[in-house]
Amino acid sequence: MCGIVGLLVKNPAMRGRLGELMVPMLEEMASRGPESAGLAVFTDRLPEGDRKYSLYAPAWDYDWAPFEADFIKRFGVQAQMAVKGNHAVLTCDEPADAVKAWARQIYPALHVLSAGRRIDIYKDIGHPADIAKRYDFPKLTGTHVVGHTRMATESAVTPDRAHPFTAGEDFCLVHNGTISNPFMVRRKLEHRGIRFETDNDTEAATRFLEWRTREGDTLEQALQKGFEELDGFYTFLIGTDNQLALVRDAFACKPAIVAETDDYVAISSEFRGLAHLPGVNNAKLFEPMPEELYVWTV
Amino acid sequence: MDSLAIDKRTTMNKTFDLAKASVRELNQFLHHELAGSGVKHIDVLNPNGSHSIAVGVNHPVDIDIRGQGGYYVGGMNKFANITVHGNVGWGVAENMMSGTVRVKGFASESAGATGHGGTLIIEGDASLRCGISMKGIDIVVGGRVGNYSAFMAQAGRLVICGDAGDALGDSLYEAVIYVRGKIKSLGADARQEDMTPADHAALGELLKRAGFPYDPTEFKRVASARSLYHWNADADQEY
Repeated sequence: MCGIVGLLVKNPAMRGRLGELMVPMLEEMASRGPESAGLAVFTDRLPEGDRKYSLYAPAWDYDWAPFEADFIKRFGVQAQMAVKGNHAVLTCDEPADAVKAWARQIYPALHVLSAGRRIDIYKDIGHPADIAKRYDFPKLTGTHVVGHTRMATESAVTPDRAHPFTAGEDFCLVHNGTISNPFMVRRKLEHRGIRFETDNDTEAATRFLEWRTREGDTLEQALQKGFEELDGFYTFLIGTDNQLALVRDAFACKPAIVAETDDYVAISSEFRGLAHLPGVNNAKLFEPMPEELYVWTV
Repeated sequence: MDSLAIDKRTTMNKTFDLAKASVRELNQFLHHELAGSGVKHIDVLNPNGSHSIAVGVNHPVDIDIRGQGGYYVGGMNKFANITVHGNVGWGVAENMMSGTVRVKGFASESAGATGHGGTLIIEGDASLRCGISMKGIDIVVGGRVGNYSAFMAQAGRLVICGDAGDALGDSLYEAVIYVRGKIKSLGADARQEDMTPADHAALGELLKRAGFPYDPTEFKRVASARSLYHWNADADQEY
């Protein structure tokens, strides 16, 4: 079991309340996944050419100063670091490939959790309510957010195996279920030079779908190919630069419910995750059907 | 109205507000205090999708759940008449023995699973696996049902006023399915059969019980071809 939650605010006036509305969703789904949690929040878009990187360090009191100094020395550019304990968001104008390769080589203990112009990721092990407090989730602002509470079935309980998983830029996925052919998918992708960071099944699905979008598929086309390539049980919630997408496998044995109003689209594994949202009892409530695409654009 | 009548009404009604009381408090009342209390009607407020509301009731009582139910609403019910004024999550009225559960909205997966008796009425749609392994319950769905409904259904009737999804009645035993709309596909060993006068009478009674205005002649009957009842060692000579 795992819990998935997502919220896309249509009403710009609600963007400042994104975190505050999201946290009770995550906390209510803690009983479905009490051991790790995480979220991806999509904030204001950085200027063309700028990128931000969410980084994870192995210790809460990690000293980020040497990393920042080495980064400036290596790239010769100014970088902004926003530190929250063992997480930091690095903002600069260096492209993702160069930064990731450098960080992997010089700071192998650090994880680059995400890259893009809009995405910030926070994920860790522990109870979702503690994680929400640890990283000030109620204060997050933005257009859309994708969150997850994890009860592991595949691979160990570690921060890098918590969800969301990311691939490429401004692309993340959370998953409730189990993919049964992740190594087959992985072997196909590794032949194309795509690098994996964990042994987790969800990472294979994330990298497959993101690879399809880089090959020219729309998100919808990529998800259709996912129905053919990804075997197993899943409810996926995907966040991109400007979209949220929700799909369930043909057997649909992993739940989800959607509430849509003029102000927002909210997704949760169970209704109790939505019960606190303003106007939810007058919302359009529905359960996503198996192998149907549900895509919302900011 | 005299004062005695007012007192009687007050003691016959009880309200549980789940914003203040827990589901456990509600269920403990239903299991241990309801019988002999004189309470005939219970309102459950602010259910907010909580699981296991009013499970295991073993006494005649009317229960109105005013909002969205979570998983297993009215599970294992005996005798009670439960109405949900909203939608429900997975496994509504699962393993019901008798009584009635009515859902005003839609029901998620496995509605009425393994139910032995009583009537489950879903006014909206029911999701996948509605009536899976049903064992005597009657289920009437006002809307459509999802894939794999009535999978391995053993006894009872499943009435579908809308369309049915894929693999309807896969590996059916003796349960009978009535479908008013389109059937996307039948499961293994399920077949469409002619409606008999007995079917029309039985279905008419079920539709009346559920309060749906349809004519039994609009429905098709699906039942087991019983070809899976016995192992056929000669089948295709592939074993």
